[in-house]
This record gives sequence, C-alpha cells and structure tokens, in this order.
Amino acid sequence: MSNLIHFSQTGFEKALENGGVVVVDFWATWCGPCKMIAPAIEKLANEYAGRAVVGKIDVDQEGALAQQFGIMSIPCVVVLKDGVELGRLVGAQPYGAYAQALDKALS
Amino acid sequence: MYDILIVGGGPAGLSAAAAAQNRGKRCLVISNPWERNPLAKAPQIHNYLGMPGVNGAELLDRFQHHALELGAELRRGRALSAMELNGIFYLTVGSEVYEGRKLILATGVQRGQKYPGEEALVGRGVSYCATCDGMLYRKRGVAVIGRSKDAPMEANYLQQIGCQVTYVSPVQPVGLDPQIPYLRANRLEILGEQAVTGLLADGGKLPCEGVFVLRETVAPNDLFPDLALEDGYLRVNRQMETNLPGIYAAGDCTGKPLQISKAVGEGLIAGEAAAEALEAEAI
Repeated sequence: MSNLIHFSQTGFEKALENGGVVVVDFWATWCGPCKMIAPAIEKLANEYAGRAVVGKIDVDQEGALAQQFGIMSIPCVVVLKDGVELGRLVGAQPYGAYAQALDKALS
Repeated sequence: MYDILIVGGGPAGLSAAAAAQNRGKRCLVISNPWERNPLAKAPQIHNYLGMPGVNGAELLDRFQHHALELGAELRRGRALSAMELNGIFYLTVGSEVYEGRKLILATGVQRGQKYPGEEALVGRGVSYCATCDGMLYRKRGVAVIGRSKDAPMEANYLQQIGCQVTYVSPVQPVGLDPQIPYLRANRLEILGEQAVTGLLADGGKLPCEGVFVLRETVAPNDLFPDLALEDGYLRVNRQMETNLPGIYAAGDCTGKPLQISKAVGEGLIAGEAAAEALEAEAI
C-alpha cells in the first residue's frame, strides 16, 4: 500500500499541526517533470513511512496553498519540520537529493 | 519501456540507434527536427570518407532514414529533465515521460552560456518549461528569452493562458502572436535577489516576475548534474561509458574533433556497448 498522501488544504494544515517532518511535492497534471519524479516521491513516502509524512499538492486544485508557499516553478518539493519550512528543492532532482533533505530534517 | 533512450538525433545518436537496433534492441531517439542540426546547413562536406562533397542535409536525412528503417523510433522535441530510479531512466519531453534501461547522450555541443542571474534565480522566477510553470504566472508580466525555433509557440501559449508576455531575442521571431511585444536584445541579465524582478536587455530594464529561458537543448550536465566533465566535455571511457552507470555518451558532446566520422564511430560503440550491457544483465 502506498504511504503517499494527496493533501487537501485542511489535510495539509492538520499534518503540519501534528508536527514532525512533512515533505510536500507541489505538482500539476500538465507538468512532465512532475510526472517523472512521481515514482521517486512514492519511494520516499514508503522508505520514510512512520518517520515522516510525505504528500503531494496539486497546484491546480489547491491554488491558495501554492500561492501561500510562493510556488513559482514545479515540481517544487518543500521540507517542513514542526510547521516550519527547512528548505525546498525546485525542478526534477535525483532521489538521493530528496532523501538527503529528509535525512537532514530528521537528524 | 524502451531498451535504450537516445538523446540527440545527429550522426552520433542515429548511429547509436542503428547499432543497437541491429542487435535487436528497441530504441527511442529524442531529437529536435534534423533540419535544426548545424550539419544541415553545411552545403558540402569534404572529410567524410568515401563521400567527398556530400551535402549535410542529405547526409542527415540518409542517417535518419537508415535508423528508422532498422526500427528505431523518433520523438521530436527537447529532453527537458531526466532521472534515474532503481536502474530505470526517465526522460521528460513536453508533458510526456519516457522510460528506458540505458541512456545514450548524443546532444552535440551546447551553444550559448547561461545568463547572469539565471542559475541563482531558478525556481524563483526563472523557468525552462512554459507548460509546467505558465499557469503560476497568469496575469503577471513575464519575459520569454527565445533561443529556440519553438520559443515563439511557447510564448503564444503563455499569452493564451493569461500571462503578460514580452518576447526577447536577438533575431526577429517567426510565428509570434502579433499581440506579443517583441524586444530585440542580445546582452541579457536576469535581475532580482529573492525572486525575479526584471530583465536587463541591452542596458534597458524590463520589469517582470518570470523569465522563461527557452533554448534548443538542455545541457547533459543539467539533466544529470553528477556527470563528470573534462575540458568542458563529457568524460567517457573506450566503451563510451560516462562516470554514471548505464549512461553512455557519443559525438560532439564528448569532445574534439567535432567531426561526423568521429560521431558516427562513437555512436556505434555506445550503441553496441549499451546493447551488450543489456544482454549481460538478461543472463
């Protein structure tokens, strides 16, 4: 079973309130590189299950969240800890780059 | 899923495709139309063995026909981004994603360097993908730096979805929506600290929130930042393997001499080596 969450605004806010490490991938259906990294994000969700919450936000469905985060280019993967943004990775990155950002957030 | 993805449809890429297809491997060549290859503009080529005086466009056309006759598939477009995961390569062309077990880079040489400010502002206003990011700039001012034949089309798309586009390039674009203002400029600098605030074009400031840099090709080390270079070219061994497992390179992107014979030869080796590696893995 997939551990990846498709966030709505309320679901995302709740995840942040729960604290801990949250990773969110801002994407859209029309974006090729977003589709490309989807298996990497899926893997991240499974590998870090129980240690971090990994999810996706469709910028088309959740425009307000995309605006709130000042998303200017997708894919954009934002790493948060206890509701505070630690960093973001813009554009398609190798799996290792995402894993490294997550490891840093968990350490 | 393809056996081999080949980026670039010049002599090296097509030679690699022909070699691998001959060994029964299924190849996809991702390339701009061959008419845009610099070789297509050469009226006569004098150093391709056995064919003195051959026309560049004719030669490319024959190369392509040969590869296609052997069953290679061709996808027109620009490879925008790439990724490797669990031994599979993924390549984005437009909004499509292709998968393959091996990857051969035959991208030729990149013309034109990055603009001042470009690298620092990627994702903060600088974008390489109109279809990906256009929607995020609706009702906002954007500049399109047109350095490819498809750039006017992409600018038209941005205008259609509601961006306020200014088209900037050193040469008059063909096919640009007449409602889009065109600025002729050559010396460019992207301005902004936290995010893009404008474009400096031949000394004049054009305020905007987004800059779409649209080039013909994406440099191989932008696709895979960990690729090792030597004197600015991709480092390869005698099997045309790069430093990254499963990725081969051939042709001008591996260095001088930038000649057709060398590209065809290297393409052959890369195609053979990738095919052999696939066969070894299948045992």
